[in-house]
Amino acid sequence: MRERDDEWTGLMRSAIAGDSAAYHRLLKAVTPVLRAAARRGLTRAGQPVDQSEDIVQDILLAVHLKRHTWDATAPFAPWLFAIARNKLIDALRRRGRRIFVDIDDFAETLPGEAPAETASASEVAAQLQTLPARQREVLQSIAVDAASIKDTAAKFSMSEGAVRVALHRGLASLTAKLREQ
Amino acid sequence: MRMDTDQLIRTLAADNAHRARPVGLALMLALLAAAPVSLLMFFTELGIRPDVMVAMRNPFFDLKFAVTLALAISAIAVSLHLSRPEVSLRGFGWLLLAPVGILAAAIGGEMMMPQRLPMMTRLVGKNSAVCMVAIPVLSLPLLAGSLIGLRHGAPARPAVAGAVAGLLSAGLAATLYASHCTDDSPLFVATWYTIATALVTAIGALAGAKLLKF
Repeated sequence: MRERDDEWTGLMRSAIAGDSAAYHRLLKAVTPVLRAAARRGLTRAGQPVDQSEDIVQDILLAVHLKRHTWDATAPFAPWLFAIARNKLIDALRRRGRRIFVDIDDFAETLPGEAPAETASASEVAAQLQTLPARQREVLQSIAVDAASIKDTAAKFSMSEGAVRVALHRGLASLTAKLREQ
Repeated sequence: MRMDTDQLIRTLAADNAHRARPVGLALMLALLAAAPVSLLMFFTELGIRPDVMVAMRNPFFDLKFAVTLALAISAIAVSLHLSRPEVSLRGFGWLLLAPVGILAAAIGGEMMMPQRLPMMTRLVGKNSAVCMVAIPVLSLPLLAGSLIGLRHGAPARPAVAGAVAGLLSAGLAATLYASHCTDDSPLFVATWYTIATALVTAIGALAGAKLLKF
């Protein structure tokens, strides 16, 4: 556990220093833990666990857009679990249940316990349809077609800067729409 | 169009280069944008009291600013602390007691001095109605600014963070108002400033519960 937390903290520090590969690895590493906690929360609330992926994606978006509130001198896991807990409570409340989510739900998750597959989610996909065309195309190119920022810029005859702006705005408004729903 | 979680992660990693403004900077810029509105309202409707040069020789006039600025500064520090999701008020909330302590000491000091006016007269003062309207109204632009700035944060309890934003803006607004008001007794400050601040804090909590959710 300690080792895992230290690894996450190290990856997040590298990510903030500009290492996108470290950031990618970090997000991949935390996702099974988040998924297991989301499933447990849903089970306890008597909700079908197949909605867990919506919650996982919601948490990942919040982690991404609020990562500047993490203090790089502090361990990463408590910050991550605080964001995740907040989003999980929100999601369960929206589904009509008030439920107490224990911080230990996250902390106690053992690696390997959680299913590793990536399930499909519907909420992010549905909100994608409501984005302006340019943002949606850029997100689609990077997410679905796995194109780089450079390739995406060439494909749409945009500058790389404009692709970056569209990408970030798309993610930010996606998150805002999920919050308002 | 589908978006599975691996695809989402890839997209987030592609956006890694984006750097959000730190909450402290966002708060400062938003307050700087809001301040001219409050200042304009203050100078067109109220203005600094004409006898300010004489008043500055009265320690109880100066103490009003010590109280209001202590409130504003401690609330700024606490609101920045609360913008992190993993923290609570514990260990930091005591900062908000600083203005209360200064005010209590000022009341004690005034009690020990000979006074021309009876206690109730000093407490009731002449401007209580203006005070209770002016401080909340002057603080509204600042409250809006604080909330906009603090939206960059991720508070675990948005209502609490909003309440602290209310304290912050009431502290700044009261600093302006204190330079207009001719009631300098700490008893007046403890009564009417507190009521006005409580009102702004309640508005902040209600607005924060909605606006500071992330």
